[in-house]
Amino acid sequence: MSYYSQILTVIIINSILAVSLNLVSGYTGQLSLGHATFMGLGAYAATLFALKLQSPFLVSIILGAAVAAFFGFVIGVPTLRLKGDYLAIATLGFGEITKNILLNLKITGGPMGLRGIPKVTNVYVAAAALVLVIFSLNRIINSRVGKSFIAIREDELAAESMGINTTRFKILAFVIGAFYAGLAGGLYAFLFRYINPKDFGFMRSIEILCMVVLGGMGNTYGAVFGAAIITILPEFLRSVSPVVAQYRMVLYGLLLVVMMIVKPQGIISESSLSNKKREKSLEKGGL
Amino acid sequence: MLTLEDIVTYYGNICALKGISLDVEQGEIVTIIGGNGAGKTTTLKTICGLVPATSGEVCFLDNDITNNPTSDIVGAGIVMVPEGRRVFPRMSVLENLQLGAYLNKNRLEVKEDLEKVFDLFPILRDRKKQVAGTLSGGEQQMLAIGRALMARPKLLLLDEPSMGLAPKIVANIFNIISEINRAGTTILLVEQNARMALSIANKGFVIETGNIVLEDTAENLLRNEEVKKAYLGE
Repeated sequence: MSYYSQILTVIIINSILAVSLNLVSGYTGQLSLGHATFMGLGAYAATLFALKLQSPFLVSIILGAAVAAFFGFVIGVPTLRLKGDYLAIATLGFGEITKNILLNLKITGGPMGLRGIPKVTNVYVAAAALVLVIFSLNRIINSRVGKSFIAIREDELAAESMGINTTRFKILAFVIGAFYAGLAGGLYAFLFRYINPKDFGFMRSIEILCMVVLGGMGNTYGAVFGAAIITILPEFLRSVSPVVAQYRMVLYGLLLVVMMIVKPQGIISESSLSNKKREKSLEKGGL
Repeated sequence: MLTLEDIVTYYGNICALKGISLDVEQGEIVTIIGGNGAGKTTTLKTICGLVPATSGEVCFLDNDITNNPTSDIVGAGIVMVPEGRRVFPRMSVLENLQLGAYLNKNRLEVKEDLEKVFDLFPILRDRKKQVAGTLSGGEQQMLAIGRALMARPKLLLLDEPSMGLAPKIVANIFNIISEINRAGTTILLVEQNARMALSIANKGFVIETGNIVLEDTAENLLRNEEVKKAYLGE
């Protein structure tokens, strides 16, 4: 695979991560600092299914995503009942715990990670996955469920007063987000053929968050755009000078601060929530 | 229609309601008046399950609904207009109203209700595509009430609808509340503006630091010397 198609594949995988975090943070308004953890769980689970049980690629990555979704549910149920910023702290803790478990378990290869994964992911596989993810996310966002997510972000108390079961929908958003992140993790494992716990640490979570904030919270295409920029940036910097590339995290931080001051809504801001077609449906009594 | 029996509610260690008992009859406008921190909002939140009651019983239409999930309580017909309006700021007026009808899956009914709300608040019809956060305070209050009406409430809970509004607009809002009541919706109204609230209510409860201290018809409360001194500024 050429260098450029490799980069493009990574952009696509990062896009899946960004749009899935965008569902949780951008649309539902729940700040998660552990998105890479779900990616890691998906990557490890998919790899183990493929290596130990010889399950085919497609089955492996879907099972991996399901495992990530399951953990999303397990961590979401106790934390999403709470209101406020507890979720961010809980997801942060969950990420660290998971990393340490992966570092110490025998089946996950400890700090050595897992190697010998067949190379299956390429631009076309990744692109097909991204198209499916965006298509299904759009369906969700424009449905009653999606409106519930947005209502929760806009005003949780009001949403609850309208009869929306806010805890249930927050958990649902979190589980769907974890599923897609797990899917991206599986694709990642089958692209790089080697995974280790450090690939899915806190810094990766922050990187994904940067993509969403930079691209525009609450806009799926903004998230894709953010993913593209954050992926290309270090490659570009490396071509300028390897030393500069080492300081990319500093640059991310700077980028976030500048964005918050100059354009807090992101590069592609959330378009007005309603379009023509939607307005018609609203007037006919549909949600 | 609604009865509260010795309701006790805590926020952590702080006891906000110390045994509230009250009743609302079908077709009435009942008001709860009292100062800041007396427990007015907590009473409403406890009724609709947003805050759990530690002990006591909330009965609605002969069913015990104490600490039921809010979505069930809304489904049963109790809908609250929260304090400070709380419209969904970045959604359009139309979308806010549609979310009010969240539990109603009958599109024809929703469309009908939408027309009713627009008839009640013509300004909302003119602004239906406008983003709710850009409405004036009075318009937002109308939207919040309209949104609650979309849920087809049997009992409407109103938390300080006069908050932060000009007197002329307050009078307008209170006229509409009476109108909603005449159309058949029972109303439980929490207010700091005691004179306004008592002028449209049938019955009133006076609440002080988590206790009901007085209960009477609105007429009698307006003439009560203590109420006059403490809440009517005479």
